[in-house]
Amino acid sequence: MNEAITLPGGVKAEPGMRIYNQKLGMWVFLASEVMFFTGLIGAYIILRFGASAWALPGVPLDEGGTPLNINLTAFNTFVLICSSVTMVKGFASIEQGDQKNLKRFLLATVLLGAAFVGIQVMEYIELAREGFLPHCSEELATVVPSCHLFGSTFYTMTGFHGAHVSIGVLCMVWVTVKAFRGGYTKESHGGVEVIGLYWHFVDLVWIILFTIVYLI
Amino acid sequence: MEMVEKKKQPNYYFIWFLLLVLTVVEVGIAYLSGLPRSVLILVLVGLAIWKATLVAMYYMHLRFERLRVILLASAPLPLAVILVLAILLEYAR
Repeated sequence: MNEAITLPGGVKAEPGMRIYNQKLGMWVFLASEVMFFTGLIGAYIILRFGASAWALPGVPLDEGGTPLNINLTAFNTFVLICSSVTMVKGFASIEQGDQKNLKRFLLATVLLGAAFVGIQVMEYIELAREGFLPHCSEELATVVPSCHLFGSTFYTMTGFHGAHVSIGVLCMVWVTVKAFRGGYTKESHGGVEVIGLYWHFVDLVWIILFTIVYLI
Repeated sequence: MEMVEKKKQPNYYFIWFLLLVLTVVEVGIAYLSGLPRSVLILVLVGLAIWKATLVAMYYMHLRFERLRVILLASAPLPLAVILVLAILLEYAR
């Protein structure tokens, strides 16, 4: 792993970071993702604190409360946290050469990830039915403070995160199929580690978004 | 793609339990707390950062990585803080 790699043309690549390329690439990608989500959160902060009023949790809807279903989303947060522990247990299993548990945990991660996306879609459908959209219904706009702004920022932030989770689930399906075909061993399982890093990052971002968008 | 090092394994289920408890505490504070709004925001953001740190340190194994990987992973954080602070200063003007 640490020896120089020969690139096309006979160029020797320097093994500077001493981690394999896919993992290095994922960490660099995640660094760029931090800035992407910080940009979204920054936009949310300036729009929210610039608004004259904002919907608050724990307050009835007709008194300026939020239309969001916090209990459902708290449960969804629990689902995503569970998917993180199954992912890391899958990785720990293959580190020990335990293929059986790798398959079990990866399958559980796929199902939990898909459940998260499914619950988020249900939440969107319910909110849309109530008129909470990037452009709120006239009826809802009269009770929810800064409803259009709230709707726009809510769907932008949670939508981009949901897209990341959906892509993660698709990648996870690919890794799981490969695991069921015996594609990972105790000595070679970088794919599980790399997709695991992405998955935990998505979980980490949700932890921040859940607090900022739903609880504050 | 060879793996070159064997990592220490933390108790992943304990971390999961901690994340679960912190999430319940967060929701409870958001609903029930009579704290002033600014204190409430600080407490909730603090809990969220604590949870995110647990995920990064133990599930993403940063606690057990080489220093250069930790530095690479931490590189965007000062930039993110600068961006948020700049936005807050813009709002305060």
